[in-house]
Amino acid sequence: MRRGPRRLAGIIVVLAAAFLVAAPFAFKPYGIFILSMWAVMTIAAIGLNLTLGYAGQISLAQAAFVGIGAYITALLTTKGWPFWSTYLLGGVSCFAIGWVLGYPALRVQHHYLAFVTLAFNTLVYLIFRNEEWLTGGIYGISNVPRPEVAGWSMNGPKAFYYFCLAHLALVSLATWWLIRSPWGRAFVALRENPMRALSLGVDTRRYTLMAFALGAGLGGISGALYAPLVQFVDPTPFALGLSLNLLLMVVVGGSGFFFAPFLGAMVAVLLPEWLRFTEGFYLMGYALLVVVLMVVCPSGLLGLAARLVRPAARRSARSTAETSVAGPDAAVQSEGAR
Amino acid sequence: MADILQLLVAGLATGAIYALVAIGFTLLWQTSQTINFAQGEFVMLPAFFVLIGTGYFGLSFWPAVALATVVSVVVLGLLFKRLIVDPMMRHGVLPLVIATIGLAIFFKEAVREFYGADAQPFPPVVAATEVTVFGVTLALQSLVVLAISIAAVVALQLFLSGTRTGRCMQACAQNPTVARLLGIPVERMILYTFLINAALVTLASILITPIYLAKFTNGEWLGLYAFIAAIIGGFNQVRGAIVGGLLLGVIDNFAAAYLSSQYRMAIPLLILIVVVLVRPQGLLGRIEERTV
Amino acid sequence: MSTVLAVRDLKKSFGGIVAVDGVSFDVTEGEILGIIGPNGSGKSTLFNCILGQLRPSAGDVRVDGRSVTGLRPCDLNRLGVSRTFQLLQIFPQLTARENLILAGQEHKGNMFSRLVGPPDAGLSEPADRMLEFFRLDHLADEQAGSLSYGQQKLLDAAMAFISGPRLALLDEPAGGVNLTMLTSLRDRLKAINVERGATFVVIEHNMEFVMALCDRILVLAEGRIIAGGRPADVRRDPKVIEAYLGH
Repeated sequence: MRRGPRRLAGIIVVLAAAFLVAAPFAFKPYGIFILSMWAVMTIAAIGLNLTLGYAGQISLAQAAFVGIGAYITALLTTKGWPFWSTYLLGGVSCFAIGWVLGYPALRVQHHYLAFVTLAFNTLVYLIFRNEEWLTGGIYGISNVPRPEVAGWSMNGPKAFYYFCLAHLALVSLATWWLIRSPWGRAFVALRENPMRALSLGVDTRRYTLMAFALGAGLGGISGALYAPLVQFVDPTPFALGLSLNLLLMVVVGGSGFFFAPFLGAMVAVLLPEWLRFTEGFYLMGYALLVVVLMVVCPSGLLGLAARLVRPAARRSARSTAETSVAGPDAAVQSEGAR
Repeated sequence: MADILQLLVAGLATGAIYALVAIGFTLLWQTSQTINFAQGEFVMLPAFFVLIGTGYFGLSFWPAVALATVVSVVVLGLLFKRLIVDPMMRHGVLPLVIATIGLAIFFKEAVREFYGADAQPFPPVVAATEVTVFGVTLALQSLVVLAISIAAVVALQLFLSGTRTGRCMQACAQNPTVARLLGIPVERMILYTFLINAALVTLASILITPIYLAKFTNGEWLGLYAFIAAIIGGFNQVRGAIVGGLLLGVIDNFAAAYLSSQYRMAIPLLILIVVVLVRPQGLLGRIEERTV
Repeated sequence: MSTVLAVRDLKKSFGGIVAVDGVSFDVTEGEILGIIGPNGSGKSTLFNCILGQLRPSAGDVRVDGRSVTGLRPCDLNRLGVSRTFQLLQIFPQLTARENLILAGQEHKGNMFSRLVGPPDAGLSEPADRMLEFFRLDHLADEQAGSLSYGQQKLLDAAMAFISGPRLALLDEPAGGVNLTMLTSLRDRLKAINVERGATFVVIEHNMEFVMALCDRILVLAEGRIIAGGRPADVRRDPKVIEAYLGH
């Protein structure tokens, strides 16, 4: 990005961060709750952005991973386990499951991962719903406690909001580091031109698998925060609908752009609350927006913004057709070289 | 024994319907690299078109079906191709898949908002009577569904292998570049596959909705079954879609009868995961050459 | 001088069409080998079979004595074989320097070290030096997509050499490059061979380019080698002339 737009983006980010920190003092508890939900969903969306935006794979199982993380935390913290252990367990388990699921599915071409994750999500939902002895079935697990950090209780809405926000910040930093690193460069390569990437020694299969597993792990962490946020865990939120919603979040934001999950989650979580649409119509409009976006500008809203900012550079940069949805955030890469 | 035969026939009947949907799905993939994630919703919709025909326009069943078929072929075939698939060809496979996901959600929510969330009964093609064949009592509906589906598949195969247009379509599916060089109007051939798919899903809709009632959520599992059938059979083989669909129908039916209803759906899902693990090219598929 | 590449009886058919029909040759360390032939003679298919893009129907490929037939391109690359493609394939969104870092990073350390180590995998310096060698250093921070075609071709070539490969296979490096750039390209390729001992094989249509650059030339026609030897000899070989004129 050129100097001007980069500075503008920087200003926007700083303002947004300031807003996020100050917001709880202006909002009622319900508003703070929604903001916390936004933060938690953004973490799940960041994970999905790794899978879709950077590795170019469609995953329809993110909701299942959020659910697994949520149930692990709910089950264990209600039995007295400390939060940090459940959250690590959730993240690591989901990472491992992602690896196991992705390994065979990614050996094949043709987006098999999409179907496998679709099946997996449905399967996991069935298990959540049917295995009452484990998950409480449709009755769920209630009274999930909120954690304590260094003796400070996170019970109140404001305190827990900052807890979620801190996690979002950590995850964002970690992802930023990942994208700047050689891994990030490998992701750009395998997404833009997998054949060329292979010929340069990039093990596209391994990197794609990594991206998917990391995405799954982040889903698990998101779930671990979801459980104490809502304090009641039942199967309904983790059905296919949430997977689709998260997917749309990333896509609308602009998959492959660093800030896409933040923007997408805002559109999916905050906007409907603020605009007070009925859920059905909002979802219809949202889905229609996605279809239109895919036709007009597959790299989402941030892609549109980028196009407005540097039209000349983008036109000359069109290489293979597959680059379009996974929008490039190579600007970050260029930073990494210095 | 009689029970098993009944289950088998019923399973083959629903399996044949899955096969129809899976064939359409496979055809779209073969000819234009379109992965239509909204295929399930495509099957869910025509039934509602019929219901609107009988409900709002007061038509009787068969005229409503005719109207619904026309609407489906135009909307799910022609408009789908022209408005959504064509503009996105240049962007590659991924945006198109996501657009069809968006389309699926849109259709589902539209039906829920504008028609209603309740399951609607749907008139079957024949009355729900039973017949006795070779001393075994079978549901007439199953036999008729099976017969119609087989007829449709046979007709399709005859069209694809026996007519000039059909052979041109096959050529396009195998190698569009060469087909173009041979003077085949590739774009038109691709349009035909979209129209055929629309016809297939309409037929499937009319055959399956009587059994499961018209509900806006039908698309979810119908689509899933179509994908599973296509993958089990071998993703880029029409014959594979047929085998996959039939197999899936039979297995699903037996699972419903002998396993807990709660986990009935789990069996096809597990089969999918196993197939991808063990034999990703499906039963009839070929292992694909690495890309050049 | 050791044999870097040994190809034996390589065959590749697509259905009924035989694209490569029993090709055998060696590449010695430090030489520049050229492969020429009329269109459709199987040159690119040959490369793709050697490089793991296609699985050969028969035959054996050895790099430094080790069989590599059918290995994945990325594994082959890590064994020290790099390539360029006929259709230019640099990464337009990355800078020139970034492209080179990418080309070299998979040879540095392992997956984990690449995650926690420096963002440039310690390759900024070598990348800059390579850019300097190819006279592209003033473009280091430019997006590769904004370079001219000829400059991109040079960058592409640089990417093939940055990891210090045992063997580089260049598929039509001169294709579409204008005359001034052509001289620069040929000069730099010759230099990297002379100054750094880089071994490489070049497929080319541009006769002048290939004759001036290569130590030895093989001529392919209809999937078979019909002639081989020094450029001057090959040029005069009647079989070669016929192969070209006959088409």
